[in-house]
Amino acid sequence: METKQQARPIGEVIAKYPKSREQLISILQEVQAEYGYLSREGINTISSYLNLPSSKIFGVATFYNQFKLNAPGSIQVALCRGTACHVKGSLNLLDTCRQLLGIEVGETTKDGLFSLETVACLGCCSIAPAMMVNGRFFGRLDKKQVEYLVDAWRASGRVEE
Amino acid sequence: MSKVFIGMGTCGLATGAAEVKTAVEKWAAARTATVDIIPTGCLGYCKAEPIMDVVADSGQRVSYGNVTPEVAGFILDEVLVRKNYKLDGLLGQFRNGTTPLPGIPLIEEHPYFRKQVKYVLRNCGVIDPESIDDYRAHGGFKGLERALGMSPKEVIQEITRSGLRGRGGSGFLAGKKWELAKASTGAKKYVICNADEGDPGAFMDRSILEGDTYAVLEGMVIAGYAIGADEGVIYCRAEYPLAIARINKAIEVMKSEGLLEKPMRDGFTFALRVKKGAGAFVCGEETALMASVEGRRGMPRPRPPYPAVSGLFQKPTIVNNVETMANASHIMREGAEGFAAMGTQNSKGTKVFALTGKVANAGLVEVPMGITLREIVFDIGGGIPGGKAFKAVQIGGPSGGCIPAEHLDITIDYESLKAVGAMMGSGGLVVMDEDTCMVDMARYFTAFITSESCGKCIPCREGTQRLYEILDSIVSPYAKMPDEEENLLRFNRVLNMEGLAQVIKDTSLCGLGQSAPNPVLSTLRFFRKEYEAHIYDRKCPAHACKGLLTYAIDTNACTGCTLCAKKCPTAAIVGEKKKTHYIVDEKCIRCGTCQDVCRFSAVSVN
Repeated sequence: METKQQARPIGEVIAKYPKSREQLISILQEVQAEYGYLSREGINTISSYLNLPSSKIFGVATFYNQFKLNAPGSIQVALCRGTACHVKGSLNLLDTCRQLLGIEVGETTKDGLFSLETVACLGCCSIAPAMMVNGRFFGRLDKKQVEYLVDAWRASGRVEE
Repeated sequence: MSKVFIGMGTCGLATGAAEVKTAVEKWAAARTATVDIIPTGCLGYCKAEPIMDVVADSGQRVSYGNVTPEVAGFILDEVLVRKNYKLDGLLGQFRNGTTPLPGIPLIEEHPYFRKQVKYVLRNCGVIDPESIDDYRAHGGFKGLERALGMSPKEVIQEITRSGLRGRGGSGFLAGKKWELAKASTGAKKYVICNADEGDPGAFMDRSILEGDTYAVLEGMVIAGYAIGADEGVIYCRAEYPLAIARINKAIEVMKSEGLLEKPMRDGFTFALRVKKGAGAFVCGEETALMASVEGRRGMPRPRPPYPAVSGLFQKPTIVNNVETMANASHIMREGAEGFAAMGTQNSKGTKVFALTGKVANAGLVEVPMGITLREIVFDIGGGIPGGKAFKAVQIGGPSGGCIPAEHLDITIDYESLKAVGAMMGSGGLVVMDEDTCMVDMARYFTAFITSESCGKCIPCREGTQRLYEILDSIVSPYAKMPDEEENLLRFNRVLNMEGLAQVIKDTSLCGLGQSAPNPVLSTLRFFRKEYEAHIYDRKCPAHACKGLLTYAIDTNACTGCTLCAKKCPTAAIVGEKKKTHYIVDEKCIRCGTCQDVCRFSAVSVN
């Protein structure tokens, strides 16, 4: 999930894929893994590589929840809004996150440190409510824990592996 | 050399299994002992994660739950050095061919496991999912071997005889599906494993993929042989990185062992690859899934033609769920009879349920079809924590429905669930207690469907949006005092809501759209009173709908400590020090902070 320090040029990232429409989603995933999001230039490059209108690529990129069109923060908070988490109060946690970070879902803080998103289900319903931060799972959360975690991340500027 | 098994599925890792592993390594290093640490998948008893099994010198495998890094070393000392097995967190010992240790219960006698029948989950949490040898030692690839000894027709007959029905939702007979695909002409055919477990509240596919990877892949090779396909695709959610890593590794190992991309019988070869999903609930629908594999927007198309006739790249294709595939490999190994002996008349075998929500023992449970809901929730699940009253179970995710307490004794199979307005779905089972508001649940699911609707057909795209607006108006705060006309209007909306839901159900294009109003219809059917309380009395009986709550401070109990006023994020609480405080309703955002911080229980909510 974390963006790499030195991003390769986009042409290099996608060169290993055959030029077929079938590869589009995989290409988008790889580009996003490299840069953290899909830039306008990136979409145009992929468009000429696959010989596919960029409107079609934009259509696919906006259809799927995974793809981001704006640069995310270096700490990406993904709060689970699955059924089990909902029943266990994840909506209140979402409010807590919004207040603590001062941003809405889908936004990034001005300093580029945090971004907040919700996901349909992380698939760890037994430890609900849960969230995933930079690929790490946190379960059985409550308001206090979220406050503690966010404070710790803000102080250190990163998520411990 | 001592052996230690640590449950390192996603749920284990989230509760600190990696730290436990480090602690075990440290323990071994400090004693210059060699300890073989084997990471396993999830045993299903997620409440007790992290789970650590220690193999005693005499061969018995003893399992401990809720292991922290601090106690891991203590457990190892006791078990391996002092031979003392009765420790806190003891779950039981495995039945593994050795003479059981006296006085230690078997794990299958544990209250959580007693009523379960492990058929498809048998290896999860038991074997090392990354080791093909371990899988072989537990009977792996015997099913494929047996299948290759038969003709494809006989394989399909075997699956049909077992009565296996698709575990992904609608419950179509797997054997029938395979037969249709086999009958389709064409040199190129595909097998797709649907691992896009988009149902919020279900995680059995993740657990099987993480805990028994090879069983799923074996099932796919068997399916490929049966229908005459030479290529298989696993469409797995990107949210399951561990599962994807394990599948990729397993595919490489199977290639090197000659189980993939090598001729096996009569020129039958099979290749497998993973396709990472990109997060779209609708891709759980088979035609949408295939569109996504082809690199397009995942939108369903009308059926027929069914995928068995014209599927991926217009070639005959079968799409089966993870649990179905894993079942198929076990059925082929052990024969159809054992599977068909379990379950009810029309629903054979077992089903895995993801038991979550307000239940004491959350986790994965595998039970024979025909068990009652009461047994699952109360005997296995341990009932509702905190002495609260049971209200309902939500079964089948956004396509399913809520089943109230009066139907707790229905026996579970595909048909009985439909009869009460729910459906099997993929098997998410969310327990709700008196604190859960059913209108809020309906609104939650409708919001989910609204954001996940692919937008192709109007009933689903527009209808669910309108449905959501009506539900939202029911739970939203009222700016003004209620008047009679407004009440009537709201009631009128509810009447329309039922009609609208019915139209969506009747006219949507795909199965997801047709089942989208189920959460609303089933809550209306069983919990109409709650809707009426919201509409007439503007009260949420469960105190869950924030908009309808009013917070008040008990003038007798308030000591004027000013804590609530300090903590209130909107400065809605006024009052002098050491005098009673009051809440200004217009400013209150119903966050509940005052109630949380009050040390005198003076804040009440209504």
